[in-house]
Amino acid sequence: MSLTDLSIIEARAGLAAKNFSAVELAEAHLKGMDKARALNAFITETPELALKQAKESDARYASGKASDLDGIPIAVKDLFCTKGVRTTAASHILDNFIPAYESTVTQKLFGAGTVMLGKANLDEFAMGSSNTTSHFGPVISPWSGPDPAKAARKLVPGGSSGGSAAAVAARIAMGATGTETGGSIRQPASLCGIVGIKTSYGLCSRFGIVAFASSLDQPGPMTRSVADAALLLRVMAGFDEKDSTSVDKPVPDYSAGIGASVKGLKIGIPREYRIDGMAQEIDTLWQKGAAMLKDAGAEIIEIGLPHTKYALAVYYIIAPAEASSNLARYDGVRFGLRVAGGNLNEMYENTRGEGFGKETRRRILMGTYVLSAGYYDAYYIKAQKVRRLIRDDFTKAFEKCDAILTPTAPSTAFAIDEKQDDPIQMYLNDVFTVPVNLAGLPGISVPVGLGADGLPLGLQLISRAFDEMTLFKTASALEKAAGFNHKPFTA
Amino acid sequence: MSIDPKTVARIAHLARLKVPEAEQKSLAGELNKILDWVAQLDEVDTANVEPLASVHDGTLRMRADVVNDGNKMDAILANAPAKTGDFFTVPKVIE
Repeated sequence: MSLTDLSIIEARAGLAAKNFSAVELAEAHLKGMDKARALNAFITETPELALKQAKESDARYASGKASDLDGIPIAVKDLFCTKGVRTTAASHILDNFIPAYESTVTQKLFGAGTVMLGKANLDEFAMGSSNTTSHFGPVISPWSGPDPAKAARKLVPGGSSGGSAAAVAARIAMGATGTETGGSIRQPASLCGIVGIKTSYGLCSRFGIVAFASSLDQPGPMTRSVADAALLLRVMAGFDEKDSTSVDKPVPDYSAGIGASVKGLKIGIPREYRIDGMAQEIDTLWQKGAAMLKDAGAEIIEIGLPHTKYALAVYYIIAPAEASSNLARYDGVRFGLRVAGGNLNEMYENTRGEGFGKETRRRILMGTYVLSAGYYDAYYIKAQKVRRLIRDDFTKAFEKCDAILTPTAPSTAFAIDEKQDDPIQMYLNDVFTVPVNLAGLPGISVPVGLGADGLPLGLQLISRAFDEMTLFKTASALEKAAGFNHKPFTA
Repeated sequence: MSIDPKTVARIAHLARLKVPEAEQKSLAGELNKILDWVAQLDEVDTANVEPLASVHDGTLRMRADVVNDGNKMDAILANAPAKTGDFFTVPKVIE
C-alpha cells in the first residue's frame, strides 16, 4: 500500500512505529502533487515548508515528544491566513497578500504537528458551489477521468472548498481544512466522495479566516474517513478569545464516538427535503441510508421542517448583505491590489471593479441593494425573521429526534461549463446544506454510494448545536454500513 | 421592486465598485431574477417574529479594557500598496 493511501490514523501509527518518517510521508505527497497538478487543486504549493515541518516532526518522534497529528500532511484552504505564506482567497484583489499573522485554526494544527503541503484552491472569497469562480482557474475533479486535463467532461469538485476536497480525494493530502458559509465543505465532500463536517457555529475560531458572511462562516475538516475527521476536529476546535462569537465549552474526544452504538438513537427524516424534481437515485440512496441506520439499531422517524423551502432565499439575502459589508475592507489602501484613479473614490472603484471577479461583484451589489435605504426592511429584516423560523423548525424537530438524515447535494458532480449562465441554478446546489448554516448547527457529509454516472453521492447528518458527538456516532455507523471504498481516477 | 441600469449604477457607486455601463443592463437583469426568486419570502407570515441576527442568543462576551497588543507598525504596513514613512498613502483628497 502506498503511503498516500493511508488514513491519518494509520499514518500516525506508522510514524509512531518508525515504519516510515514524516519526511518520507511528506515527499510521497509532494510527488503526488507533482503528478496531479492538472487538477489545479492548489493555488500555492509549499514544498519547502512541508519538508522543514516534516523534519521537525521527525525530530519530535525521535525524542518521544510527538503531538497528536505530528507529521500528518494536510492542505489548507487558501482562505486561512498563514503567516508568511501568500493567502489569496482565490481573488485577484489579494493575489499579493502575505499575512503577518496566523489563523487560530492553522496555529492549532501546526501546534499539533501537521505539515502544510500548500494552500488549496477555492471559489473566490468562498462564493460558489463549483470552484469555477477562482481567479486562479477552476479545480478539476479527480473523478473526471484518468487524465483530467484531457477528460471529455471536466467535472467540478464542488465548492467552495473544491481544492481541499479534490486534494483529499486524489490522495495528495491526508486531510484538509475547509470553511462553510452555506455548504462549502459538505457539498464538495459529497461530490468528491470524502467526509466533510461543518461544525456548530462558534466551535472553531473564525480568527484569521478571510470573512465572507460572519454570522454563517465556520471552518471544519475534510478527510477520507469519519475517524480522521474526528481527530482533526479535536485539534481545530476550541475557545478563542480573538473570535467574539467563539463559544467557551470543553472540546470532547470525538474519537470516542467512532464505532459507538447508535442503538435507540432517533433519526429524523424531514419530509420537506423530498423536493420537486429530485433525482430518483438521490431518493433511493437516502432510503438506503435510513435502512442502514435502522439495521444498526437506530429508530427512524418522520419529522417536519416546514420552512425548509425558504432557506435558500433567506441565505441569498443574508450572505450577500454580510459579504458586502465584510468586503468593504478591500479598498486598495492597507493591503491587496490597488488600481490607480484620478481621486480617492475613483481609486476605490477601479481597485474593486478590477480586483473582484464576476460572482463576487454580483453578490456585493445584491448585498448593497438589500441593505440600502428603503429596501432594508423588505429584504434584510424579512430574511432574518424567516431565518428565525428555520432555526425554530430545527429546535422543535430535535425535541423528537437526535439526528437528521438528508441527502447532501441534489446531484453528482456536473461539468465545469454547466450551470454557469444562471446564478439561481448554481445556488440550488446548496438546497440541503444551507438550512444548517442558518440555524448554526453541525452537519456532516458521508460518502455512501455512486450515482448511475459512476460518481460519488453523500448523505448528510445533522445534530443539535454542540452535539458533534452524536454526529460522529451516527456518521461512523453510516460509513461502516455503506462501506464506500471507491477511488477517483487520479488517486 | 425592480432594478434598472440606473439603480445598478447607484448601488455600484454606494459599494465603490466600478461597473462599466455596458454591463449595467445585464447585471440589472441578473439581479432582478434573483430578487424575483427571493420574493417567495413574502408568502411567509412573520408578523410576530423577531429577526435573528445571530444564532447565539444573548449579548457578546466582554473582555477587560486593557491594551493587549501593539507595536506592530512594520507588520501592519508590510502589505501596503503605497506608503510614505510610517503612513499609508492615498490619492490627494484636498484640492
